[in-house]
Amino acid sequence: MAQIIIKNVRKEFGDFTAVKESSFTIEDGEFFMLLGPSGCGKTTTLRMIAGLELPTSGEIYLDGEEISQKPPGQRDIAFVFQMFALYPHMNVRKNLSYPLVSQGMARRDVKAKVAEVAGILGIESILNKPVGGLSGGDRQRVALGRAIVRDPKAFMMDEPLGALDAEFREHMSEELRALHDRMGATTVYVTHDQLEAMQMGDKIVVMNNAVVEQFGTPQEIYDKPATMFVADFIGSPSMNFLRFDGAVAEGAQTVDMHGQTMGVPRQMEGTTGKLVFGVRPEHVTLSDSGSYRGEVLATEYLGTTQIITLDTPNGELKARVPAGQVATVGEKVGLGFKPEAVTLFDETSGRALRSELNSEVLSHG
Amino acid sequence: MSSFSVTEPSKRSKWFAGSLVILYALITMIPLAWIMLTGFKSPADAISYPPKVFFEPTLEGYVNLFTTRTRQTDEFLAANPPETWYEEIVRQYDMVIAGPSKFGERFLNSVIIGFGSTFLSIFLGTLAAYAFSRFKIPLADDLLFFILSTRMMPPIAVAIPIFLMYRQLGLSDTHLGMILLYTAVNISLAVWLLKGFIDEIPREYEEAALIDGYTRFQAFYKVVLPQAATGIASTAIFCLIFAWNEYAFAVLLTSGTAQTAPPFIPTIIGVGGLDWPAVAAGATIFLLPVMIFTVALRKHLLRGITFGAVRK
Repeated sequence: MAQIIIKNVRKEFGDFTAVKESSFTIEDGEFFMLLGPSGCGKTTTLRMIAGLELPTSGEIYLDGEEISQKPPGQRDIAFVFQMFALYPHMNVRKNLSYPLVSQGMARRDVKAKVAEVAGILGIESILNKPVGGLSGGDRQRVALGRAIVRDPKAFMMDEPLGALDAEFREHMSEELRALHDRMGATTVYVTHDQLEAMQMGDKIVVMNNAVVEQFGTPQEIYDKPATMFVADFIGSPSMNFLRFDGAVAEGAQTVDMHGQTMGVPRQMEGTTGKLVFGVRPEHVTLSDSGSYRGEVLATEYLGTTQIITLDTPNGELKARVPAGQVATVGEKVGLGFKPEAVTLFDETSGRALRSELNSEVLSHG
Repeated sequence: MSSFSVTEPSKRSKWFAGSLVILYALITMIPLAWIMLTGFKSPADAISYPPKVFFEPTLEGYVNLFTTRTRQTDEFLAANPPETWYEEIVRQYDMVIAGPSKFGERFLNSVIIGFGSTFLSIFLGTLAAYAFSRFKIPLADDLLFFILSTRMMPPIAVAIPIFLMYRQLGLSDTHLGMILLYTAVNISLAVWLLKGFIDEIPREYEEAALIDGYTRFQAFYKVVLPQAATGIASTAIFCLIFAWNEYAFAVLLTSGTAQTAPPFIPTIIGVGGLDWPAVAAGATIFLLPVMIFTVALRKHLLRGITFGAVRK
C-alpha cells in the first residue's frame, strides 16, 4: 500500500503530446479517479504509472521511490484491463496463479493464495473452467483476482467496467468499491463516466487535452469547478453557462448582466470582458417575482424532480426543480439563482475567477 | 417453404453446392487415385491399353522402388531359393536383390530439408513478425515491402547466380544449403502471414504478463506464441508444401548427398526400363508426409484462412 506522486510528467508520441506536464498526488489507500473524455491522456497517465509507457520527462514516486523508468514487473503494481486480458489459453486457476509463479512462489503457497482470493471474490466454483466460456462478470472477477492475488502496492484499473452491460456495471462498481474498502489498497481508476467517478472516487483528477484541469474530491469538483470544461463535463445536466460582456471588481458581491443585478460569492479577483455566469441546474429556482425571466421550452419529468429547459436572454438554461412545480411550455417565468453557489468564469481562458466559494480549491489545484 | 430463411441456404442450393464440391473433388482426385493404383500394378498392367481399372494388385512397384536388382545365372538361382516374400516377387523375372536403392536416403533428405527449412522459416518469421507487429521500427513499411518483393519474381529466375554462389561457398549439394535456400524463399510468406496473425492478438495479453513480472521474451513465448498457434500451423503448412514439392532448385543444386525425393523419383525411369509402378509407388510415398501433416493441422488451416475475417 503506497502513496503515488506524479511530478511534472509529460509524454510525447512523436509529434503528438499525450500528456503535458502533470502533477498530482495519490494518497495511500485512496480510490483515485482519472476522469476525462477519450483521448485526454488519462489512460496514458495510468499506463505510465504502471510502466507500460515510459514518460518523456518527469518523475513518478511510488512509496517514496522514483519508478518512472523501471520495467512494469519491478514496480509491484497490478493492472486491470478494460478487455480483462485474461490469458485465454489457461483456465481460471492458472490465470490467478500466473503472477505468483513468476515470483517463484512455492506451489503450495500459490495454491493457498489462489484459494484465498477465489474466496474473497466468490469464484471458487469456476476455478477449473477455461476463461473462454465465462460471463462478463466472472471474467471481471477473475481479472480482479489476478490483480489482488499478488498483494501489490497499488492497483491500476483502465475502465474495468466499460465492457460490462449497464445493469451489471452498477452491481460490479459496488463490489469493486467494497473490495477496495476491505483491502485498503491505493487504486487508480480510469473512466470517462463522470457519474462513475463521482460515485466511487475519493479523489478525482479531471483531464482534458493532455492537461490536468482540476484535482480534488468529488464535492470540490462538482461545487467548485476550476474551469468551464470541468463545470461542463461533471454533472448531468451540466452546469448552465450564461454568457455576457461585463466587468467584475475585486470584492464585489454582484455582477451586472445586461442591466440585471446578479448575486455572486464575494470575488477575490476582478476582470473585464467576456464573462460567464455558471450555475448548476439545482441552484436555479422558478419564481414569479424574479426580474430575470425566461421562456419555458421543455420539461423532462424525472420522478422526484424535473428538468426545465428555458430560453433566457443569455442562452439556454436548465433548472432542476421539484416535480410538483407546475411549468407550462411557452410560459414566461422569473428565475432566481442561489448566489453563494455561482461561479464566474473568464470565457477567453475558460478559467474560474477566484471567489470566496472556490479560492481554497483553486489555490492548490 | 415453411422453413424459408434469408441466411440459411435452401435445400436445393445445398444439394447443388454439394454436387459441385463432389464433382470438383472427383476431377482433382482421379489423377491421384490413378497414381496410387498404378503403384500396385505389375509393369505389364501399368502400360496395358486400354488402361486397366481392375487388376491383380502386387507390391512389385514398391519392391522395385526400394531395391536394386541384378540378373543371375540359372545355377545361382537354383542354388539360392528365395527366402522372403519380396525376393519371390523379384525372382519371377529371374533376378535377385542386390541391395537397397537410394530412395530411402533421398526421402530422408526431403524430410530433413523440408521440415528443417519449415522450422527455420517459422522460427525467423515469428520473431520478425512479432517485431514488426509490436515495436516501432524505422522504415517498417519499407522493410516489409522489401521482404515481400523477394517473392515478386519466380525464384528460379535467380537460379544461375545462386548456383554460382553455392559452388563458391561450398553449399552445393548440402542439406544446409537447401535448407537456407528454401527458407529464403519462404521467409517473406512467413513474415507476412504471421504478422497478420500476431496483429490480431491484443497487446493487453503481453502487457498483463509484463505487469505480472515476466520479461518481454517470456511474455512472447508464454502468452503470444500459444495465441498464435493457429497462424503458425497454417503458415507451416504452406512453407512445408513449397519446400517439399520444390523441384527446379533441387535438380540444379543437388545430385548426391542432399538430393531430395522430387528429382530422384524420375531417375527410376531408365534404370530398368519404364518402371511406372515404381515411379507411382515413389510418388505415393512422397505424398504421404504432407498429407498427414496437412490433415493433422487441418483445423488450424481452415481457421487460419478465415482468421480475422470476422470480428469476434
